Amino acid sequence: MNAIGKEAMERATSPKRQSRISSIKDRIGIHNVSLLLALAVLLVIFGALRGDVFFSSRNFLNIGLAVTILGVLAMSQTVVIVAGGLDISVGSMVGLTTVSAATALQMTESPALAILAGLVIGGIAGIVNGLIITYGRVNAVIATLGTMAIFRGIAFILSDGQSISIFNDTFRFMGVGTFLGLQFPIWVLIAAAVLFQVFLAKSIVGRNVYALGGNPVVARLSGIKVNRYRIGIYVMSGFFAGVAGILLAARTGSGQPISGSQGLELEAITAAVLGGCALQGGKGTVAGALLGVAIIGILNNGMILTSVPTFYQLLAKGSLLILAVIIAEYQQNRA
Amino acid sequence: MSAQEKPTEPLLALERIAKSFGIVQALDDVSLDFRAGEVLALVGENGAGKSTMMRIVEGVMPPDNGRILLDGAAVDFREPREAHLKGIRVIHQEPEIVPYLTVAENIFMGDMPRRAGLFLDWSSLEARTAEVLAEFGMERDLRPRQLCDALGPAQRQMIEIMRAVRAGGRLIAFDEPTSSLTDDEARRLFAVIRRLRTDGVSVIYISHRLPEIIELADRIAVLRDGKLVGMIAAAEASEEAITRLMVGRDLSGLFRRSRRTIGEAILTLDNLTTDHVRNISLSVRRGEVLGIGGLMGAGRSELAKAIVGYDRRKSGSVRMGGTEVPPNSPADAIRCGIGFAPEDRKREALLMFRSILDNASLCIPDRVSELGLFSRKRAFAVIEGIARKMAIKAPNLDVPVSSLSGGNQQKVVLARWLARQPSLLILDEPTRGIDVGAKAEIYRLIDELAGAGMAVILISSEMPELIGLADRVAVMAGGEITGMLDGGAIDESAILKLAMPGSSIKTPSEAA
Repeated sequence: MNAIGKEAMERATSPKRQSRISSIKDRIGIHNVSLLLALAVLLVIFGALRGDVFFSSRNFLNIGLAVTILGVLAMSQTVVIVAGGLDISVGSMVGLTTVSAATALQMTESPALAILAGLVIGGIAGIVNGLIITYGRVNAVIATLGTMAIFRGIAFILSDGQSISIFNDTFRFMGVGTFLGLQFPIWVLIAAAVLFQVFLAKSIVGRNVYALGGNPVVARLSGIKVNRYRIGIYVMSGFFAGVAGILLAARTGSGQPISGSQGLELEAITAAVLGGCALQGGKGTVAGALLGVAIIGILNNGMILTSVPTFYQLLAKGSLLILAVIIAEYQQNRA
Repeated sequence: MSAQEKPTEPLLALERIAKSFGIVQALDDVSLDFRAGEVLALVGENGAGKSTMMRIVEGVMPPDNGRILLDGAAVDFREPREAHLKGIRVIHQEPEIVPYLTVAENIFMGDMPRRAGLFLDWSSLEARTAEVLAEFGMERDLRPRQLCDALGPAQRQMIEIMRAVRAGGRLIAFDEPTSSLTDDEARRLFAVIRRLRTDGVSVIYISHRLPEIIELADRIAVLRDGKLVGMIAAAEASEEAITRLMVGRDLSGLFRRSRRTIGEAILTLDNLTTDHVRNISLSVRRGEVLGIGGLMGAGRSELAKAIVGYDRRKSGSVRMGGTEVPPNSPADAIRCGIGFAPEDRKREALLMFRSILDNASLCIPDRVSELGLFSRKRAFAVIEGIARKMAIKAPNLDVPVSSLSGGNQQKVVLARWLARQPSLLILDEPTRGIDVGAKAEIYRLIDELAGAGMAVILISSEMPELIGLADRVAVMAGGEITGMLDGGAIDESAILKLAMPGSSIKTPSEAA
């Protein structure tokens, strides 16, 4: 057994003598391969139905822009789920932060303060979730189901149920401006993706998040401050709901309590689960979440292009979430 | 009446049963028959294969090889329900009772009398329960309509027995039934078991307590390392003979005790109290192995969890080298130099689906990272040498720990703490369920650590471990320390006496 270290060293440094296909599978994971296949199937279907519009580069940029907000939320939701939690209040938090940012802008006319307001209010909403879940010992689903209504209610109260218009061009740049050939929100998504990838896959804190979700007892006995991590994760979720809220407000030019943010939690959770998150925690990747987002984005876009009525689109989205969980459970049991 | 005078057709027969988990051969070519109207005792050290055999008999898992014959015909139970239908029942240590149902419902679970096929027929259920209770002499202890949540372990056990017998149990196995019973309750249980035998039930009785086995059983089957190493008629059995078969080797060679220099006290507990342990005061010194003995449920694991701050501290203090360890925070306990390898590796120690490297480096984040980012190179540099020294058998450090044998999993847990270098290491049943070779290596490691000046707390149910390794042994019962044995005073009968205060069951050395 003295060879154990050497063997592992060799494995880490020398090229693998495996067929190219299986090494691709190893690199990106069997789950992500099946997501890519699903993506390909969608491309073929929509390409066959509306290939003329669907395969234009403008349409793909449209899809990219449309999924930025969802992309940010799906990645933060992935962290929450990996840690063994769930945050279904994200949609409401986004609504609340658009209203907060728009109100701050109206009062101060400072885009910087508007951004700050959105992020801070999002973070505070996250602290509330975290405290209820850790110290109130409320199940995460129930806690965030409750705050989902509460945050939406606060957004209605702050805005008096009205849309708050935004006329500040600097602020609106974040939603509609272009930078180095790409729309600003897409840059935000790219930056967030790098950040989340480094955090989850590389950082010690990220690895501890996997440990926490994988087995909280082991995590606690290994010296991970479990409560602190749990609260931190919900604060993170609130903070990125703030980021999403600012992007949404900048794009629509308004702070709105409900329009634009309703149902985002459904899509974010669907993307995370499609991406391979296990709802019992401890499993999930940023790359998977982004593939999940791509599937939802293309499905949404394709359904609009092929004129599927809005009501039926909801059916498709709900079914997709349930299907994703069924597939995940099936894979779990087979493993 | 002994079984030898009454040669009956076996009710259930195991033929050449084998079962392995990874590289551990839990059962190796075991043939054994169970006869109606007989009590067969099953003895062996922890990990000898008793529980595996019970799980196969009850249909929890299939054997890898071999046949099970019921009344001479081969059967293949795929789940416990199928075994239950054939009258085979195992009474587990933790009785399976639904706490918020009544005594009557628990006894008639799955077969309740109905009215119009839809409603529970309460009057009939009560009447039939009363009959069953009377049959077992329990009519004064239990009422049919009583909820089960407030019942003690003995009463819960009786309910399971009544359920098994009422449902037509023909073979009933008892897994360590007396471990949570008082002496008086144990005597009543023995009476019930004798009655079952008279009624023609085949009884399997698993216990570590040799005197009660000799008293109760007709035949005694001894398992060691998955093999059936002996079958003795109880009438001719002595404790020495059984022990010799159980151990099967010269124990003194297994334990090593190098010359230890015992230093100053490193851990001091002062009246430590949680929900599970009371007023614990003791100290452990550098270079010392402090054994903790006691029966199951005596509060030994709970003491460990109190020290590391996993359980909420109600009062008292924990000091490490003079500084107070903050309560309720395992993170702070680790910072103060306490390491803890829990008993339940799967649930409390290991992230089963993560790699050896991840698991072993879990408690040394600062040494395996740069600027907060995990460095595989650094982790490798630390863990590789430890893994080699401990001879962890694995293809490489990246395999998930779920693919390792129990012994190697335990070595990964220990590697985690060797990497951390705590000044006190608490080991809770470190050799449970692992093979003899790995055991010997862990014994050697404990001795080395103590020799190097580490303080070790060794919690163990295996007497030879305590006797062979510990410098002192604290014995617990009912969440309290009932005595401290030093050096030459450490022997099996002294430990048992302290572990069962007020008990009149003879300790092995007295009975012998």
